[in-house]
Amino acid sequence: MNRKLTGDNIFKILSGVIAASAAVILLLNADVLITGSVPVLQKFGASFLTGNNWNPVVGRESFGVLPYVLGTLITSGIALLIGVPLSLGIAIFLVEMSPKVVKVPLSYLVELLAAVPSVIYGLWGLFVLRFWITDYIEIPLSKYLGWIPIFSGAPFGLDFFTAGVILSIMIIPTVASVSREVISAVPDSVREAAYGIGATKWEVIRHWVLSYGRSGIFGAVILGLGRAVGETMAVTMVIGNAVGPIAMPITLFQPGQTLPSLIANGFLEAPNPLEKSAYVGAGLVLLVISLLINIVAHVMVTRVLKVKGGAVE
Amino acid sequence: MSSWSWLNKFRQWFNGYRVRKFKNRLFFVLCLLCVVIAIVPLLSILFEVIARGTPEVNLHFLIANGLQGGIGPAIQGTLILIGLTSLIGIPLGVLSGVYLAEFGNNKYASWMRTTNDILTEFPSIVVGITAYSIIVVNITGKPSPLAGAIALSFMLVPIVARTTEESMKLVPNSVREASMALGARRWRSIISVVLPSAKGGLITGTLLAVARVAGETAPILLTILGNSYFFQGFNQPIDALPLRIFLDSRMPQPELQAQAWGAALILILIVLSLNIAVRLISRGRLKR
Repeated sequence: MNRKLTGDNIFKILSGVIAASAAVILLLNADVLITGSVPVLQKFGASFLTGNNWNPVVGRESFGVLPYVLGTLITSGIALLIGVPLSLGIAIFLVEMSPKVVKVPLSYLVELLAAVPSVIYGLWGLFVLRFWITDYIEIPLSKYLGWIPIFSGAPFGLDFFTAGVILSIMIIPTVASVSREVISAVPDSVREAAYGIGATKWEVIRHWVLSYGRSGIFGAVILGLGRAVGETMAVTMVIGNAVGPIAMPITLFQPGQTLPSLIANGFLEAPNPLEKSAYVGAGLVLLVISLLINIVAHVMVTRVLKVKGGAVE
Repeated sequence: MSSWSWLNKFRQWFNGYRVRKFKNRLFFVLCLLCVVIAIVPLLSILFEVIARGTPEVNLHFLIANGLQGGIGPAIQGTLILIGLTSLIGIPLGVLSGVYLAEFGNNKYASWMRTTNDILTEFPSIVVGITAYSIIVVNITGKPSPLAGAIALSFMLVPIVARTTEESMKLVPNSVREASMALGARRWRSIISVVLPSAKGGLITGTLLAVARVAGETAPILLTILGNSYFFQGFNQPIDALPLRIFLDSRMPQPELQAQAWGAALILILIVLSLNIAVRLISRGRLKR
C-alpha cells in the first residue's frame, strides 16, 4: 500500500478519523456517566439498585432507583403490548394487502407519526389523551375489574398506563417500518408455494411469512423497546412524577416515574454533588439497559437481513 | 365416544372452506383497523394543535419577549440552536458517511457503523447529562446555547453519517470509474463527482435529521435552561420552542398553557413543513 502523504491518503485518514466521532461521543457519554456516578455508587453500593428511597436532605441522604427501573420496564411493557400488534397489522396491511393507490399515502402518514416532536406528544397526552383514557378505559376497568390488583386505585389519568399508551403510539413508526422491510424481504417464492397448496392469505401470512421473518420482526420489536425505554419528554409530562417509595409500582393507575423522567425532573434542581451524582447514576442504569437492548436488536436485525441476501440494503 | 365425534365434526367445520374464508376476511379488517387506529392519534394531534394554537398566534405572540407574553426568544433560540448544531454536526456526519461509503470495506468501518446505529437509538436525556457535565460545568459555567448545540449535535452526527453513507452507496461505480479514468484523484472524484451525484439524497436526509433534532427536548432541557429574554450571548441561558412548550405546559395558569399550544403550532409547522417539503421534492426527483 502506498504510505506516502498523497492527497488520497490524507483524505482517507482525515475522513477515517472523523468517522470515529460516533465512537468518541459514545465513549464520552460512558466516561461522564461512570465517573459522575462513582460517589453515589461508592456510598450506597448495591442498595442504589435495590432501594426505593429518594431522600436528598443533606445528612440523611438515601437514593435507590428500583421504582424507576420498574417504572421504565412497566411503561415499555405496556407500549410493546399495545404497539407491537398494531405495528404488525400495519406492516402486513401495507405489504400484503393494500391497493397500490393507498399504499404510499398510508405509509407516509404512519411515518409522519415519527416526525411529531415528543414534547408535542406529551402536550397532547397531558391535555387530550389523558381524559380519553380516564373516561373510557381506566374508570370502566377499575369499576369492573378493580379486584385485579393491577387495575385497582383511583384513576385520574396521570399514571403508568397513560405513559405506556403514549409510548405505544410513539414506537409504532419504528416497529412498523422495520417489520415492513422484513416482511417485504420474504421471497415471493415462499408465498407462491403456500398459495399453491391452497392456503388463504391469512394462513400464508401466519404460517409462512411471519415465521420466515421471525427473527427480523423480533429485532424490530426490540428496537421499539429501545425507543420506549429512552423516551423522555412525553413520559415526563403524563406519568405523574411521583418520587420515593410512593413511586413503587403497585397498580397501573398510579402516578410513577421512569428513569428518564426522574432525570428530567430533578437533575437541574439538584443542589448538592451527591444528589447530582445519584441522577447521573440513574442515567448510567438507563444507558446500560438501552445498550443491552440495542445490541440485541442490532444482532437480530443484521442477522436476518444477511440471511435474506441483503434484500434491504 | 359420541362426544369425540361431535368434536371432530366441529373441527371439520372449523377448518372448512367457509370458516377459513371468514377468518381471512376478519384478518383483513383487523389489519385495516390497525392502520386506522395508528392514524387517529396523528390526526387528533394535528387537529388539537391547530384548533388550540391558532387563536394564540399573532404578530405580537411571535416577536414579543417572554415577559410580554410572546415566544420570540423561543423561536430565535430554536433557530440559533439549529444553526449551531448544523455547523458542528453536519460536517462531522457527512465526512464520517463519506469514509463509511468510500473506504468502508474493513473491520474498523463496520465497528463504526455499529457505533453509529447504537448512538442513533441513544436515550436522549443521557446526552443531556453528558453535555451538561462537560460544557456547562467546565466551559460556560451555566446553561448556554453552546452546551445545547453540542448535545443536539451528538444526536445529529450519527443520523447524518448514516444517510450520507446510504445516498453515496446509491451512486453507481461507473460514475467513480469515469471520473478516475479522466485522471482525477480518488479524493477529487469523491468531492467533485460522487458527492454532487449523491446530493439529492444527502440534502433530503440531512434536512430530515435537522427537523428531527429541532424538536428534541430532553437534551436541551438540561443544557439551555430557558430564558424570557432574547439571545444574550453564547454563555448565557437561551430559550427554545420545545423547551418553552414543556415549561409552559406544567404551569397552572391557563394563559401559559394556551401559550404552550401556540408554541406547539409553530414548532409543528416548522418540523412538518420541512418533512413534507423534503419528501415531495425527493419523490419528484425519484420519478424523474
